[in-house]
Amino acid sequence: MSIPILRQGSYLIASIQSSPSDSEWREMGQQLAERVGKLRSRGVVVDVTVLDLIDSFAARTLREIAQTVKLRGAEPVIVGIQPDVAFSMVQLGLTLGDIETELDLEEGMAMLDAILRDGRTNV
Amino acid sequence: MSEETRILIRSEYDIVTARQQVRELCMTLHFSSGEQTLVATCVSELARNIVEYAGSGEIITGLTRNTDEEGIVIIAEDKGPGIPNIELAMKDGYSTSKGLGLGLPGSKRIMDEFAIVSKTGKGTTVTVKKWKKP
Amino acid sequence: MDKGRRGKGNTEGLRQELVTHFRGERNSLRREWVHQMTAKRLLEGMTPQETEAEAATIYDTCVECLETAHYDSAEAYAKKMAERGVLRGMTSEQILGGMLTLRDVYGRSLFGKYHTDMARLAAALDVYEPVANNILAVVAMAFIRERENVVRQQQEAIRELSTPVLQVREGLLILPIIGLIDSLRAKQLTEQLLHAIRTNRAKAVVIDITGVPAVDSKIANHLLQTVDAARLMGARVIVTGLSPDVAQALVYIGVDLTRLKTVGDLQGGIEEADKFLGYKVDMVGSTIAAAMKG
Ligand SMILES: Nc1ncnc2c1ncn2[C@@H]1O[C@H](COP(=O)(O)OP(=O)(O)O)[C@@H](O)[C@H]1O
Ligand SMILES: [Mg+2]
Repeated sequence: MSIPILRQGSYLIASIQSSPSDSEWREMGQQLAERVGKLRSRGVVVDVTVLDLIDSFAARTLREIAQTVKLRGAEPVIVGIQPDVAFSMVQLGLTLGDIETELDLEEGMAMLDAILRDGRTNV
Repeated sequence: MSEETRILIRSEYDIVTARQQVRELCMTLHFSSGEQTLVATCVSELARNIVEYAGSGEIITGLTRNTDEEGIVIIAEDKGPGIPNIELAMKDGYSTSKGLGLGLPGSKRIMDEFAIVSKTGKGTTVTVKKWKKP
Repeated sequence: MDKGRRGKGNTEGLRQELVTHFRGERNSLRREWVHQMTAKRLLEGMTPQETEAEAATIYDTCVECLETAHYDSAEAYAKKMAERGVLRGMTSEQILGGMLTLRDVYGRSLFGKYHTDMARLAAALDVYEPVANNILAVVAMAFIRERENVVRQQQEAIRELSTPVLQVREGLLILPIIGLIDSLRAKQLTEQLLHAIRTNRAKAVVIDITGVPAVDSKIANHLLQTVDAARLMGARVIVTGLSPDVAQALVYIGVDLTRLKTVGDLQGGIEEADKFLGYKVDMVGSTIAAAMKG
């Protein structure tokens, strides 16, 4: 499998490698959806730190993955979007809807902790 | 246009190649990392459209200059089905493939110049330019 | 003898004759040139060694241009001078004055050589003058380009200085924008802010636009893009300091500001950010806000 998914406590962490192929994206979505149920994970961090761009295909895929994760009962968070990538996304017109985003893995896990501890309202 | 490079686009893997090529070209012009990302994202969108709607085509990249500016020019060309209604295709959110419908209008926003020519049954050519900012 | 009858072969012969002449007189003419430049105070700030080396190369390059009728070598030399920073340290009088002097030195020596044969002199000047003019043009252009480079670099430096992103405390940045903003500057501001968010690991940003006299729909949209981009990186943005005029104008143009979190003034913005960050409002926030107002 080319996109490694790690388990850390009640969270899953998917670290996207640079320029994943369409099938690698799809496979990751499937794997996450399966494992969230099997491991009863409560949160999923998708780490995109190494992506040097996010085009509309990648944005749509990330949105789909997050929605699937949510439907499976876990909180999704996307972390590590680089400054140039964020700038280019908004210029292109891309958003991630209401998906949570955080600076990096550490912040992402902290945010999941906060959501699961206090509920959504405080975040 | 000088020193042009042609990249055949036949599958999703060629999209990555095209992105890398164009980044390298941007570096020779000392584009900022932010500008490089914009240009590479545009190439990614145009190449994706070729694979998605025409099956195959070409991305041609090169340098261009006018009286006092240097820049990069990218031509995305295919002999696919063409676009029946360009005005519609240029609208934010319009897609015939459940896409986000931002590839064409977004490319127009992030580049300095954008031109599209398309003929039903004959194919599509998109030409974009980005000038080096002073 | 008019131009029509003087064939191409003749011109070439004459050109070679001039080249031989200038090469033969190399030492005396070069000395004469340096002498005249010194008299005109064109060499100030240069050591004798520098003068000697530059003068020799320029002299030879000019003769080469005359010989080949190509200006590539002059162009290349001017470019190299620019790269070495030679042009940067010199005034336009020094550079253009120096080249004009050389032109005179060459010209006078042609008078000396051909003054007994006016027709030959005219023919020699026909060959020599266009070359001299072209060389001057090449040097002048190189000089202007170099100046433009310097100006551009200074502008960039000023732009960076005029948009300070300040870290108030861990996780909180302030970006006070002062003066009119156009699209280019708005984009640069956004890029700088996004990179600052990353390096400072900021979770909240207060953009204060008290110092911005006018905001049109384009700039408002840039502001919204900045907010969205910061959000993608995990940071919240609060905008403060919208004047009544600016606020009214934005509503009037119909910019969708629902995504924009605005607070009246910088002090309020910092308090709001603190609430979000989970800090208690303390003296630091109010001190900085007061300092920035004053
Ligand atoms: N090269 C092409 N050949 C044929 N049709 C195209 C081409 N590029 C774009 N289109 C059409 O224009 C529409 C908009 O394209 P785009 O803005 O990239 O959005 P998306 O690809 O997400 O649908 C596409 O849905 C498609 O119908
Ligand atoms: Mg598309």
